[in-house]
Amino acid sequence: MGDKPHLLVHDKVDNVGVVVIEGLTAGTDMLCVVTEDNSEFRLTAKADIPIGHKVALQDFQEGDTAIKYGEDIGKFIGPAEKGGHVHTQNLKTKRW
Amino acid sequence: MPYDATNKTVMAWRRENGRVGVRNHVVILPVDDISNAACEAVANNIKGTMAIPHAYGRLQFGEDLELHFRTIIGTGANPNVAAVVVIGIEPGWTKRIADGIRETGKPVAEFSIEQNGDIATIAAASWKAKEFVQWATELQKEPCPVSELWVSTKCGESDTTTGLSSCPTVGNMYDKLIPQGLYGVFGETSEITGAEHICEKRAATPEAAAKFKQIWQSYTDDVIFAHQTDDLSDSQPTKGNILGGLTTIEEKALGNLEKIGKKVSYIDALGPAEAPANGPGLYFMDTSSAAAECVTLMAAGGYVIHTFPTGQGNVVGNPIVPVIKISGNPRTLRTMSEHIDVDVTGVLTREQTIDQAGDALIDMIERVANGRLTCAEALGHREFSMTKLYRSA
Repeated sequence: MGDKPHLLVHDKVDNVGVVVIEGLTAGTDMLCVVTEDNSEFRLTAKADIPIGHKVALQDFQEGDTAIKYGEDIGKFIGPAEKGGHVHTQNLKTKRW
Repeated sequence: MPYDATNKTVMAWRRENGRVGVRNHVVILPVDDISNAACEAVANNIKGTMAIPHAYGRLQFGEDLELHFRTIIGTGANPNVAAVVVIGIEPGWTKRIADGIRETGKPVAEFSIEQNGDIATIAAASWKAKEFVQWATELQKEPCPVSELWVSTKCGESDTTTGLSSCPTVGNMYDKLIPQGLYGVFGETSEITGAEHICEKRAATPEAAAKFKQIWQSYTDDVIFAHQTDDLSDSQPTKGNILGGLTTIEEKALGNLEKIGKKVSYIDALGPAEAPANGPGLYFMDTSSAAAECVTLMAAGGYVIHTFPTGQGNVVGNPIVPVIKISGNPRTLRTMSEHIDVDVTGVLTREQTIDQAGDALIDMIERVANGRLTCAEALGHREFSMTKLYRSA
């Protein structure tokens, strides 16, 4: 069923993915898998990112929208670089 | 080959009302908080019985009182319970609860403390509890179709791995078993927030969709906006969710909804602790997202097994319903595996498909229905938490 991925992405249109191994370090050449169709791509991690946390699949500016499950999950309140950590420091719900 | 439950059976108890129970508890049930001590004394006297102490039952009124009665009666009426001793401070509400449980046809006896005192009440109730437990322990299991089980779900201490692995595992189980006649239920009104538009679309009928939307909207208006200090950002997502990598309420809600699968749609939206009345299928129930409160309400609605996806490792159990924990987070499996019944970490490493994970969960549901204690049961987790709608009089 393929090598063990470092990062999983739900949907082909998503622009963030999820780290699924413990101890990911900056500089790792990550195997990334889209669960929708099992397609693979590679991406270099730009930071030490904990398991379960999100990684930017592209560069983001403040005001951009994060897409996961093919849906809007919030807006960037700060920049994120491709391969960088996406969490509460740069992403927030649009609801309040 | 598509999953076929036609000839699949488990060894379980067929109750007087025809429902299938997977446990055979004799419960000592307090009507109110001040009857807990007597109930616990009876359960201590008579081995094999279990008291279910709780915090409420006095000076409640209106819808809050109705919910209290529905929860207590539903708990006693659950098919996992063979017989019930009800103890309350006074005879009126005690009889109301006992009569409500009696409608199932199971043995029920009620006792009230006023004019008797704790000691005489405990003595009389202990005699009855002994009779019930000796009767119940002779009841024989019989083959019952898997499709007659009622299986609820609610996730807890979610993280990003639950949306990738354990929640879709439950969804896959529902996609396979609900078309075969299973009753399912999901809830967590507050946690649908962020995906309410998707949840609305998953209703089988416009009526069910409208009912769900009304429940969700009234929660939002009457609870969040009536009581918020700023927003839900300090409790939804929870601190544990955020540690696990979930950032926004939308992200959490989308992962949560993976529990209802890809194919099935819900046929009705139930009030808290309300029993489904429209036949087999998936239901939505208006519940809190707090684990013990939600599982308590679903058990009171008549569900006999609970499936509980967790990421960071929620440890909740229930006194009468076995809670099956499913996790795909390798760190949680490494650090607290004693709590996890179904390991789906293979989904994250591509060593297991969601289809295989769903089959593994169905296998565990059958084993638990046949009598295997869940991790929560073995560890003694018996959280019973009543949902309170507003202050007592």
